[in-house]
Amino acid sequence: MSAQTLSINGREFGFEPGETILAVARRHHIDIPTLCHLKGAMPTGACRICVVEVVGAKTLLTACNTKVDAGMQVQTESPTVVAARKLIIQLMLSSGNHNCAVPGSDRQEWTDFQIKVQGEDGSNQLCPVWGDCRLQDLAFRYQVSPERLDVTPARYPMETVNPFIVRDFSRCINCGRCVQACNEVQVNNAIQFGYRGPEAKIIAADDKPLKDSDCVFCGECVQVCPVGALVEKEGRYSVRLWETQQVRTTCSYCGVGCQLDLHVKDNRVVRVTGVDAPPNNGSLCVKGRFGYHFVNSPERLTDPLIKENGKFRKASWDEALDLVANKFKKIRDTHGGDSMGVLVSARMTNEENYVAQKFTRAVLKTNNIDHCARL
Amino acid sequence: MTNTIADIEQADVILVTGSNTTENHPVLSTFVKRAAKFRGAKLIVVDPRRIKLTEFAHFWLRPNLGTDVAWINGLMHVILKEDLHKKEFIQNRTEGFDALRKVVEKYTPDFVEGITGIPAENIVAAARMFAQAKTGSILYCMGITQHISGTDNVKSLANLAMLTGHLGAPGTGVNPLRGQNNVQGACDMGGLPNVYTAYQPVADLGMAKKMEDAWGVTGLSTQPGLTVTKMLPKAHSGELKALYIIGENPMVSDPDLNHAEKSLKHLDFLVVQDIFLTETAQLADVVLPSACFAEKEGTFSNTERRVQRVRQAVTPPGESKDDWWITSQIATRMGYAMQYPNSRAIFEEIARVTPSYAGITYNRLENEGLHWPCPTEEHPGTPILHTQQFTRGKGMFHAIEWIPPAEQVDEEYPLYLTTGRVLYQYHTGTMTMKSADLNERAPESFVEISGKDAEKYKLQEGDQVTIASRRGEIRVRVQIQDKAVEGTVFIPFHFAQGAANKLTNAALDPVSGIPEFKVCAVRIGKAA
Ligand code: SF4
Ligand code: SF4
Ligand code: SF4
Ligand code: FES
Repeated sequence: MSAQTLSINGREFGFEPGETILAVARRHHIDIPTLCHLKGAMPTGACRICVVEVVGAKTLLTACNTKVDAGMQVQTESPTVVAARKLIIQLMLSSGNHNCAVPGSDRQEWTDFQIKVQGEDGSNQLCPVWGDCRLQDLAFRYQVSPERLDVTPARYPMETVNPFIVRDFSRCINCGRCVQACNEVQVNNAIQFGYRGPEAKIIAADDKPLKDSDCVFCGECVQVCPVGALVEKEGRYSVRLWETQQVRTTCSYCGVGCQLDLHVKDNRVVRVTGVDAPPNNGSLCVKGRFGYHFVNSPERLTDPLIKENGKFRKASWDEALDLVANKFKKIRDTHGGDSMGVLVSARMTNEENYVAQKFTRAVLKTNNIDHCARL
Repeated sequence: MTNTIADIEQADVILVTGSNTTENHPVLSTFVKRAAKFRGAKLIVVDPRRIKLTEFAHFWLRPNLGTDVAWINGLMHVILKEDLHKKEFIQNRTEGFDALRKVVEKYTPDFVEGITGIPAENIVAAARMFAQAKTGSILYCMGITQHISGTDNVKSLANLAMLTGHLGAPGTGVNPLRGQNNVQGACDMGGLPNVYTAYQPVADLGMAKKMEDAWGVTGLSTQPGLTVTKMLPKAHSGELKALYIIGENPMVSDPDLNHAEKSLKHLDFLVVQDIFLTETAQLADVVLPSACFAEKEGTFSNTERRVQRVRQAVTPPGESKDDWWITSQIATRMGYAMQYPNSRAIFEEIARVTPSYAGITYNRLENEGLHWPCPTEEHPGTPILHTQQFTRGKGMFHAIEWIPPAEQVDEEYPLYLTTGRVLYQYHTGTMTMKSADLNERAPESFVEISGKDAEKYKLQEGDQVTIASRRGEIRVRVQIQDKAVEGTVFIPFHFAQGAANKLTNAALDPVSGIPEFKVCAVRIGKAA
């Protein structure tokens, strides 16, 4: 047990030297909201949503990057804190195309604003991440509505020329998580902050589309963006979080074996996200994240095929399996097991590889088994 | 890998060789990049191409193709000469040291420069950097193994790790990166001609007896079987009559494709089981449709020996079925009943016959995978191998001489060709090529060539060229890239059109049976 303590909302907690207020609070399930804070990256204190009141401090302090001192007395939801958070949320909501109909938006300018956003979105739907947005969550939690709905056009148009990813600057809150994910987690160094003040924009290279930069489309930035500023191109609008089911599994491409969630809608894989567990701790690469279309491809084989006169025809399982079994049997009994071979696959499961080698050895009676994976 | 992926971030020096990590193991490469950029680890990259990782490296050593044993011996020469080797580790845990010392004697930095083209002073500096670090990790991939001297290359890296004591502790190790998701598992499960599960030799009579009892059969062969690279020639000569290919596409991945096609066509009976009608499946007599990873339950074992769950998310299309079901059906119809209710039951049988998996159960894998060896249900798994001793007791130094690659450039074929993968495609492309956006990023085969060579052969970006080797000829487009070094070109092997493996050399490593994909001689010319 650590000897030193602090108090959060009147309760005493121990802490390790160097810990932040946020870390201690989270460990004890005290919910301090965050937007810019990103696990595995240096805290920047950019968004200030995590502010807390500390007795004796002149201003509110950001919990994500303030280290704990012994005897500190912290309030995480005091009236001052709540007022500060409301203001931050309001400014963020007012700064872009956040047309998610948070409470209190029943005024006339709401309609003008919606029309403008629909025009810029090229869609008559609400924000593509409606229901899956940290800013919307916070606006709801603190019951905040935008102060003034800006109907002037967005400063930077949406970037839709890339494969995989749409960048919608009109919804960016400049939290910088994407920049940290790209530079500190994936270390692809493709994006950074560009321009100053109200002109601030996340830029790739010297402000080029992602596809013409060092971006390798790992999608880490999309996964960490708390709002709808970085969205997967496919399924934008058509895939809503609440319509999908997530199934955790292991990537089927390279040997890293990243843990991922397959998002399923109507018996189709429609999205893939990284799971925050070893070995990948949430990260994926372009193949693991965006290479899922083969599962649903119309070119998938659906029936056993038997070749006759150089052409394939469909067959039933019974017919195909009997044919294979009889042929194998005949060849084994005539020429011996060593006249046969089996190639297994690095893409099959352990269970399937096991069954295949058992079959080769116990039934075909040969050790002619190998896989192409060293090739 | 002897160590884990996360463990790479603990190393003080990381030596990456023959691995274009950022493209082939992208998420693993983030551990390397973070270590170099944020943790002050030193990074040494040894690769014939100026791969992305060289931008993060303190040293990029550029060896001529097929000269790996030479530079590794060179590093060891310097380490011994400067007395930087770990005497206690060598004394307590290894044998064969004197023979090693003797063989590396002549590999002076100057001698090695002559073979590899790596400047002598860089060999000295890299040797010091690697040996003097507290912990050092070696990562390698197919750039090391796909040579006629592949086995020697791997042994040489193990020599280097033992000499410097960088084994059996956090931040160390000799870490092969497996190219495909479950290569590790396919090998662990005995998908190899000479071993049962967990590398239990088929030639061992006791082993055969044990498996006969477990499987309820008699007469298991104790004669090691053929590797894939030997099966195809036997198919060609008629000795091999039937092949059952499950989920593989040798018609794109094999060396010397022209020959592979003839061999497969020569078979009496070819059965291919796959999710697509691949180039190989098209040659089959019977094609059986299987379920893909998203449609089944099971386990994969990743490159760090971590056994992880695969779970069903969607139903398989049409009549397609789990591969284990199909194989079991064939077995049953041949008179050997294989009736498993589900993959869990198979895994339980695996655990019974596989010492390194004995303690693993689906329940234990629910939230996080386990590293084998995991001999009992109480065992926590083994993230780091060889902490106390090596599998065979003492680590064996192998005294190895460098031999040149099987093919060298000459007047007729003046350029070296090496092959590999690109980020946006995977293996023979049967999966990735179904994603339109991946194809947009990597639509077709190409040859990567240096600016200087492009000038020399009067080629422009995007030109169609023909590339010919002693075995075949392909047409591809030119990409002039900084990655390429003068005298060596690179072609990815994913594409059936412009297939690199029409050119590559089927010369094999005598031990592993792996072909020399990484070196052959070619000529280049503008396509007519
Ligand atoms: S996709 Fe990956 S590489 Fe591209 S900007 Fe996002 S984080 Fe960076
Ligand atoms: S794009 Fe998203 S993650 Fe990046 S700064 Fe904007 S809101 Fe934050
Ligand atoms: S997500 Fe990428 S790095 Fe991870 S296992 Fe899949 S292919 Fe490999
Ligand atoms: S989360 Fe702390 S400042 Fe943004």
